[in-house]
Amino acid sequence: MSQRPGSAAPSANDPSAAYDGPPDYRVIGRHAVFPETDHDEIERINFLAQMNRHLAARVVPGVKAAYENRVAPEFEAQNGRPLATRHEARKAMLEDPAFQTWSALRRMTMEQRQQAGRWTALRQNERLARIAADLTEGDERLSLDPTLAIPRYVSAVDHHCMPGSYHTEYFPGDITNGANYDHAGFVTTSGLLGKYSDGGGHAVVNWVRRNLPDFKPLKILEIGGTVGHSSLPLAQAFPDAELTIVDLGAPVLRYGLARAKSLGVENVRFVQASGETLSRFEDQSFDWIQTTMFLHELSTKALRNIFAETRRLLKPGGIVLHVEQPQYAPEMPLFEQAMRDWDAFYNNEPFWSRMHEMDLDAEMVAAGFTRDSLIHGGVFGVVDRELFPDAAEDGTEDYGRKAAWHVIGAVA
Amino acid sequence: MSFTDALNHAGAKPAGKRPYFVEPQVERVLAITMAVAQELAVTRQRADTLERLLREKGLLSTGEIDAFTPDRAASAERQMWNQEYIARILRIVQQENEAAVLAEDVASGDVGDELASE
Repeated sequence: MSQRPGSAAPSANDPSAAYDGPPDYRVIGRHAVFPETDHDEIERINFLAQMNRHLAARVVPGVKAAYENRVAPEFEAQNGRPLATRHEARKAMLEDPAFQTWSALRRMTMEQRQQAGRWTALRQNERLARIAADLTEGDERLSLDPTLAIPRYVSAVDHHCMPGSYHTEYFPGDITNGANYDHAGFVTTSGLLGKYSDGGGHAVVNWVRRNLPDFKPLKILEIGGTVGHSSLPLAQAFPDAELTIVDLGAPVLRYGLARAKSLGVENVRFVQASGETLSRFEDQSFDWIQTTMFLHELSTKALRNIFAETRRLLKPGGIVLHVEQPQYAPEMPLFEQAMRDWDAFYNNEPFWSRMHEMDLDAEMVAAGFTRDSLIHGGVFGVVDRELFPDAAEDGTEDYGRKAAWHVIGAVA
Repeated sequence: MSFTDALNHAGAKPAGKRPYFVEPQVERVLAITMAVAQELAVTRQRADTLERLLREKGLLSTGEIDAFTPDRAASAERQMWNQEYIARILRIVQQENEAAVLAEDVASGDVGDELASE
């Protein structure tokens, strides 16, 4: 149990003193294009966040015990050798009732979250689109490209079971899929990303300030920044800088600029483009290029193209940082690897598995960065600890979902 | 967006085949059950909200609900509601039990064939 700093010692038999879990959704930070949520919509989100918490805290230990006591020994008895790969481990677990039940419930919770969030966004999407239009029309900081082709790694399956993904529009000027992604993402991380779902961005800023104290970027690029959750903290931390966010999806970009302006963040621009072909920007245009929980939604080819573009776009001495869930190192237990692979097979994250086994150092070097310029680190989501749980203190592991990431980067 | 379109889009299938972890019939029932469990939680929270608002306004005092004792007529109404509710939910159990003790029963299609051959 994590005790909030500065809070009084719990008195005996005070049920709230023992509470350890997601905050009530009503602490979420709102802005002009944030969907209105009625009582029951809020409680649906609260229930689903608690479902994810329950599955991670109270069901996963049973899955682990089943793996250790049934799945792994039975495989070894049948095959005369232990499980050798994460794929073998996952396939063996698919036959076990503990993994089956956890998987079915985890998948259903995601489907229910999408339906709940989409209903809320859809029922008011015309009103929200008008607010977004009032905030962004004629603003040159929103640059959309209706001719942009959506690559197969985004169009083939909808990432994390989000129907229509980031790019589908239901009418001209639509922001529905941005509003759904923004307001109900709370369910997946059980509040670990904080009031504005921006704990990842604050974590990156803290990391940069601690490790690169003299770094004063003026041009920052975030690739795959969607509505700007992780991006705005960068713009806020460096008010003299201009932050450009590129993404494939028009609904998230429209929503993103409206959200940023409503939150008083003006040094941003949102551009519809593929991170693979950023020819609109000249060589050496940026001091800092950032991606946050983005690489796993690509393909091998796209990742290489994007790494090459980051190398081309960085000024000498500029930095690129990619924040991701940890790679599958040989020392990571097979059970953990198989559990982390779940999203790849059962939550529509097709590149997740291959991305997490890539030698990212080698890919960075192949993109033109020198090996001795590579950066490695680790960060936890940074949140308002009065109201939100702190990932650094949270012992619960929700494989692939926890706000605890690795950083890989390079200096150009 | 029309109500019907919003209903359809809210529950839309994401692109990509759905995985099944147990027998599809079982998983289907579990999915429906979990959605009902969600809605029960929502209803429970709504009742809790109502109680708290009533207490704040002085219309209800703490412990009053737990101390509530229905009078004889109210008690009968409430218990009959429980009985009716359970009977509705467990309809299939009743009907399978009725079927189990029937000496013979026929399928509608078979009766159709039978009547056609008369």
